[in-house]
Order: sequence, then structure tokens, then C-alpha cells
Amino acid sequence: MWNKIKFWKKYIKSDKESEPKVKKKVTEPVEQDIELSRLDEKQEKMFERWLSAENINFISPEAERLYKERIIRIKNAIQLKKIPDRVPVVLSIGFFPAYYSGLTPKEVMYDYDKLYASWKRFVLDFQPDAHIGCFVPGPGKIFDILDYRLYAWPGHGTSPEHSYQCIEKEYMKKDEYDAFIEDPSGFFRTVYLPRIFGALEPLKNLSPLTNILEIVFTGGSILPYGLPDVQEAYKKLLQAGSEALKWGGVLGAFDKEMAELGYPNFFGGATKAPFDTIGDTLRGTRGIMMDIHRQPEKLLEALDKITPLMVKLGVGGAKMSGNPLIFIPLHKGADAFLSDKQYRKFYWPSFKNTLLGLIEEGCVPFPYAEGSYNTRLNVIKDLPKGKVLWGLDLTDMTAAKEVLGDYACIAGNVPITLLNVGASEQVKFYTQALIDSVSHGGGFIMMNGTVIEEAKPENVKTMINTTKEYGVYKQD
Amino acid sequence: MSNDLINLIVELDEDEAIELVHHRIKEGEDPLNILGDVKEAMSVVGEKYQKNEYFLSELIMTGEISKDITDIIQPLLKPDTNSKNLGKIVLGTVFGDIHDIGKDIVKFMLDTNGFKVFDLGVDVSKEKFIEKIKEVNPDIIALSGFLTLAYDAMKEIITEIDKAGLRENRKIMIGGGQIDDSIQIYVGADAFGKDAVEAVKIAKNWVSG
Repeated sequence: MWNKIKFWKKYIKSDKESEPKVKKKVTEPVEQDIELSRLDEKQEKMFERWLSAENINFISPEAERLYKERIIRIKNAIQLKKIPDRVPVVLSIGFFPAYYSGLTPKEVMYDYDKLYASWKRFVLDFQPDAHIGCFVPGPGKIFDILDYRLYAWPGHGTSPEHSYQCIEKEYMKKDEYDAFIEDPSGFFRTVYLPRIFGALEPLKNLSPLTNILEIVFTGGSILPYGLPDVQEAYKKLLQAGSEALKWGGVLGAFDKEMAELGYPNFFGGATKAPFDTIGDTLRGTRGIMMDIHRQPEKLLEALDKITPLMVKLGVGGAKMSGNPLIFIPLHKGADAFLSDKQYRKFYWPSFKNTLLGLIEEGCVPFPYAEGSYNTRLNVIKDLPKGKVLWGLDLTDMTAAKEVLGDYACIAGNVPITLLNVGASEQVKFYTQALIDSVSHGGGFIMMNGTVIEEAKPENVKTMINTTKEYGVYKQD
Repeated sequence: MSNDLINLIVELDEDEAIELVHHRIKEGEDPLNILGDVKEAMSVVGEKYQKNEYFLSELIMTGEISKDITDIIQPLLKPDTNSKNLGKIVLGTVFGDIHDIGKDIVKFMLDTNGFKVFDLGVDVSKEKFIEKIKEVNPDIIALSGFLTLAYDAMKEIITEIDKAGLRENRKIMIGGGQIDDSIQIYVGADAFGKDAVEAVKIAKNWVSG
């Protein structure tokens, strides 16, 4: 049987045939330290709010029961206190629902009805334990209005059939660290935004908002808003704002209907690791890699400076949605990007503080490590127990369970290559083998590795159905 | 004192490296010697990358230093006298995909290991690959892609190469973040490399075999 999935065997070490399913019970720690119980309480409150389903009118008692069951299943997997009834299964998707409904990415970026209908069809047909909302496509019209330059998107640099892609550049120049550190918001408003949105270029003429002091300063500080090109920029911004409101309404309605049908949204909010915030869209990969050598102190200072902003971004999302899970896509800390020493010095400290800041507010950070994270496992385990959900992609899952299993729930990693080009039987076997290898004692959520775009629908279904059948825990 | 320059580059000491280059030019040294040192340094960096002593940031830094030095001495050099190489490779990120970091590392490593690399950049169409293959007659074609959409693009490009009768006596390798053996079979390539180090191994193996 193993030969069937030989291409993907490397992510799972133990042998399905030789190793029976272990169903060891997690023992409650007798002496919980006060710190941990304080954090537990905060997290528990957030989960209670999620479970309370404010403003949700379930279509049936059955839907309400399923909604709560699903959240409790996920909660138990994350907290490592109780073994869930079965392994939860969730999908991380890109434009998959569009392709599944025969639509192009361009269509769902510009037609919100098509977006809504195809995403709803996807959830109802595949029935994962939670969906991730329909925010991924993003509103194409807003990018048009603002002349967005940070991305190529369908019809603007990529074909209508393909997803959007980031255009990496030094949107923050190498000598702009001081300006950024001094006033990140001001830097964004008058330097960064004018560079990434063509329509907002005139905003570079604005003076700092903090100039608007007592009466004698006020007139002069307001003056730039009268400049014709600045007014034009603000008109565009207002226009984009109206469009965003429309789009946001669709997202909200979608989440509400899904909840009423019994499906919670897996993402309560999102934020980023500080190193990725600077490396992805401010300095770019080349820029930040050179900063590591040319101006390490400035880089470290900037990372510290934005850490509280990253925490606020995540906490804000959780407070608004009433769901503690905060998604954090991880990019430039993967194995191939940084040495262990560089990771520990430049990536981990500000990232760890971001995670701790979220945990402190009762959130459950859900970092998703794209690529492989094999060399990071011993670094990232250093966090309070049952407070983080680690999403893994090309990481050795058996090793991850061994190293992280006592501290955190892990999720992953059905390979995208398997879902795209494998056979349904191979998916079934991989899913079972993964359950055998890492589900023992709870603390595991079945997910795919890299975001699903054009996978074979029958493979995605097999992954979900196999988990539901094979991932049931026998309570002893 | 050519070792000094090699060490300075390998140790990423860009200011001193560039100062030394200026100094050596002033002393009347043949710029080809300096270029030789730069190549030697890059190959040491490549070795360190292979041994996991150096990572992405060191490759990018030394690439930058080497570019700065080459910019200084380029005007002093006579046109390239066809230097020897292990083989010719046409490389590019396939159409639909604009990612270049992985491809650039592969180029760096193939370069420093003695291959002549023709880099077509990103979002490269079938037609551009075919055109370049006809033009330079490469031993190897290397397709890069980060996104999963690259699977079908690679497959189309390889089919096109086959159809044009350009496959014979040539090998095709693929690579990228989400590429594995199953994709190699799916797209019909001769090999896949999980990283730049493997790309070099595969290429060397092919040209020696």
C-alpha cells in the first residue's frame, strides 16, 4: 500500500501496517501554573463567545447542534485538554470554489453574486467542519479604482483564469527605516500608499496629522486637502470605500448564512509575522535579505516597532468576528530562507511577541508555515500549552507531532501535488496514514498543505470523507 | 593578494571588497584576474550554500557585491572570449507565474558551477522557450514555477518542445516550491530538483553521462 503514495511518503514516518492507532488519553495536568490558567480563562471566554452564535438564527435545531459540535471539535483539538470526537477537517482554499463551479477568478473578483453562490455551493457540497469565508478573491473593482500596483490580478497582469500575484519591489527604500520607525502610520499615508496605489499618489503632499494642533495651526494643516489632485485622490478613496462596503456586506451575509446552516468560519481574523510584513510588501525579499547584513539594527528596531501593530490587527479581527482564531500566513521564515541563527535573531523574537500578544487577549494564533518548517520545530515549541494552532505544509508531520505535540495542536498537510494530480485512492491512503501517524491523543486538524486552487474535486472530497470516517476517536 | 578579494566577497565585506577592486585597477592589474577572483568567490559561496552554511541572504548579498564589481570592471574588459562551460541551459519561470527568487538561486548555482545559463526571466511563454532553444541549442531546459498553476504551464511547454521536435539530445528539468516526483511525471519532464543544489547535481550528471 505504501508504494501507492511513495511520492508523498516523506512527510509521514510511521508505517500504517506496523503501527496500530494509538488512542492515549491526555492527562489533565495536576498542577497548572497560575499564568496558564489565567490565559486559559481568557481563551475560554473567547470560545464561549464564538459558541454563543450572537445574531445567528439557525435554520433548524440540527444546524445549531452541528455548528456547536464543529466548534467544540476544533476547540478540543486546539486546547489539548480533551480528545475530540473525531479529527476535525478544514480546507485552506484559494480560488478552488470558483473553478469547481466553472467560473474564472476574474468573474468572482468582479461579480459578488457569483462569488457568493460558488462559495456557498462549495461549502454545502464538501461539508468541511468550518469554512474560511469568501474574502480570498478580494474586490477587483477597488483595485481598479485605486490603480493598485502591488499586485497583478486577473485582467491586470494575470490571465482571467489565474489568481493574483504579488509584484515584489522595494516599496520602502533602504534609507527609509528611520522615517518608518518614527511614524509608521504617517509613512504609510504619505509614502507607502502613494507608491502602491496610483490613484493615491497625491497623498504624498499631505502633512502629518499631528500638525493639526491649536487654532493657529489648523488652517494651514487643512490646506493640502484643498489641492485639486489631493481632492481627486480622496474622491477615488471614497468611491473605493463605497465599493468595499458593498463587498464587506457580501462577506458578512455569507458568514451569517453559513453559520445559520451550521458551518462556523474558521478565521476570526488575520495578521502577519513582523518579519514578513517588512519582507513581503515593504522591503521585498531581496531588500530584507540585504538588510540582514547591511543594517541589522534598523531592521530589528522596525520589527519591534510594528509588533504591537500586528497584535492589534489580529485582536481587532477577533473582537469584531467573535472568533478567537487568527490566521497568520508565514513566508520568509521557511527552512530555505534563513539559517537557524538568522531565524532566531530576526524572525522569531518579534513573531513570538506577536503570538504572545494575541494569546494574552484570548486569541488562538493560527500561523500557517508555507513550505517546510523542519528546522524551526524546536524554536517554535516555546509557547504556552494549547494556545497556538500550527498549520504545516511540506514539513515532516511525524517529527512535528513529536516535537510540538505536547505544546500545540498541529494542522496539515495533505500535499497539493497529491490533490492536484494524484488518484482518489492515493488521497484516501495518505489521509488514513496521516491520521495514524499524528492524530493520537488529539491535537490534530486535517488540512491541506498549500492553498487549493485547481485540485481534482473528487480528491478534495476523499480527503474530507476519509477524515470523517477514519478519524473517529474511540473514547476509552 | 587575490585571495584577499575572494575572502572579502565570501565574508560579505562589500565596502572593502570594492575598495580593493579600485585599488587593483589603479595598480594596473588585468581586469580579467579580478573577474576570475569574483568567479572563484561565487563558487566558494555556492559550496557554502550546498553545505547549509550559507542561506538565501548570503546568496543575494554576494550576488549584489559581484554585480557591483562587474559593473566597475566591465568597461575595461574586451568582449567575452567564448569561455569554456559545462553545458548550456535555457532557464525560465513558466507563463502565468511571476516568481523569480527560486529561479534566480538556481541560476546562481548553475552559473557558479560552470554552466552557461540563458535566463529568460519570468512569465515565459511557450513561444519564447521554443525560440531560445532554436537559437542557442541548449543541452538542458530548466522550467521553474512557484504556483500550482505552473503544473499545466510546464506540461504545455514540454508538449510544445516535443511537438517542435526539439526534445532529442536534450534533457528537461523542473523545480519550484510545490514540485515533486508526481509533478515530474505529470508534466513529462526528465527530472525535478527540490532545490538549487539538486538542480546542479542533475545537470552535472546529465552532461557527464
